[in-house]
Amino acid sequence: MSGISRRGFLAAAVIGGASTLVGTPTRGWSANSFDGYPEGMGVLVDLTRCVGCRSCEAACNHEQGLPEPDLPFDDMSVFDQTFHHGTQKRRTDENAYTVVNRYEPEEGGAPVYRKIQCNHCNEPACLTSCFVNAYTKTQEGAVIYDSKVCVGCRNCMVACPFRIPAYAYSSALNPVVRKCIFCYDTRLSQGRPPACVEICPQEVLTFGYRRDLLKTAHDRIRTDPERYIDHVYGEKEVGGTAWLYISAVPFEELGFDTSLQREPILANAQDFLSNVPMVLAIWPALFMGFHRLSTKGKEREEESQSFDREEG
Amino acid sequence: MVRNWIWVIVSVLAMIFTSPGMSRSGDTRMPSLVVIDALSHLFDAAEFDHDLHLDFAESCSECHHHTTGTDVTDGRCLPCHDGSEALDTVACGKCHVAQPFSAEYLRKRQVEGSFYHIDKPGLKAAYHLNCLQCHMEMGGPEGCQDCHTRNETGEAFYYSGRFMPAGKQSGDGH
Repeated sequence: MSGISRRGFLAAAVIGGASTLVGTPTRGWSANSFDGYPEGMGVLVDLTRCVGCRSCEAACNHEQGLPEPDLPFDDMSVFDQTFHHGTQKRRTDENAYTVVNRYEPEEGGAPVYRKIQCNHCNEPACLTSCFVNAYTKTQEGAVIYDSKVCVGCRNCMVACPFRIPAYAYSSALNPVVRKCIFCYDTRLSQGRPPACVEICPQEVLTFGYRRDLLKTAHDRIRTDPERYIDHVYGEKEVGGTAWLYISAVPFEELGFDTSLQREPILANAQDFLSNVPMVLAIWPALFMGFHRLSTKGKEREEESQSFDREEG
Repeated sequence: MVRNWIWVIVSVLAMIFTSPGMSRSGDTRMPSLVVIDALSHLFDAAEFDHDLHLDFAESCSECHHHTTGTDVTDGRCLPCHDGSEALDTVACGKCHVAQPFSAEYLRKRQVEGSFYHIDKPGLKAAYHLNCLQCHMEMGGPEGCQDCHTRNETGEAFYYSGRFMPAGKQSGDGH
């Protein structure tokens, strides 16, 4: 039934592991040399401006045709919701591709609201992990997926460093992965900003070319260094993301993972993966050749010996 | 006869000083009330009492930056606009565009390549950022519906009022 046996898999794993020790990494086509599409769009999220009105959640719900929410979008009691014994704030799920959470800064002061959604990485780990190629990074900067192709393996959910893709657990017949697609179908592909950006009253969300947004972000920090932390989250994280954040409060206090690597997630696997073709294609031929060379003379001797015996 | 003329003059003056198109200050270019209906698809028009806000703002420049001919208070404007004259039109919508993220506007900004005014918010954000920031500092009203009440479409948009979701449990985790 299965194309690969347990023994075969273990053998391949051992060979592959060994090859990473002896193989030479091919930096020539390294993933982290890609800075994103030049015309890629993005969104700069200025957390100092957000007042937690949740209009972005409502706009997303209508734009994406999502089901009715459990509570109205003007109900602010959702900010008090926690899960897993109070350790987890609200997350994106199959019915909400973006959510806003409230954080109380350690040094006091006004609460900070943080919108989460897919960050649309330059080199998405979800895309890399998908073995049916359901994901696409478009030239406009969106990470979209083809749910008709999705087989529901949920590799992307494990791979995503921001834990964004959600699973349609409620669907018994066709459970697929769901996430924010930057409103690609209805807006971005026609040069329009996503629905959440358009509804935001405070321009917390600034839409534009990613390269321009980086300038804007650094410009805001430079002109008001007392207001902002000197960091643009998403500029370098996991190879860069289309969505960028600036904040007055340290990012780790707002639920951001500040331990993320600067290289794309793909970089962790590519040294190994680049050796796989070499191991699978060259090694068998090479060692078969060695074997043939080292046994060629012996076989002839054996043949001639048995010939001699028959003759004799 | 003279009494009649006095009545005419008094009524004309009364009309001038109480007409909605004219400010208490007597400056005909200054509105006493600004009706903002840009979000009329979700909210009723917001009625901005310009006269009332004259009492709260110390200078026109606090909201109008460098366009009213008053002393510029924003440090970012000063290098270029210190002592600049009043412009013919100082309405917010003259500089802050209604669609700041349209493809045309983003392209236009790229072509023009202005070094300044590159981070200028759109009209909606110009209102909200300016108004709400000051309301928070001065203790003014901060709720969405304190300035503009939701209409029927707005209620449906937020699933509130008679569109409120019924019979669902919240906080059941994922």
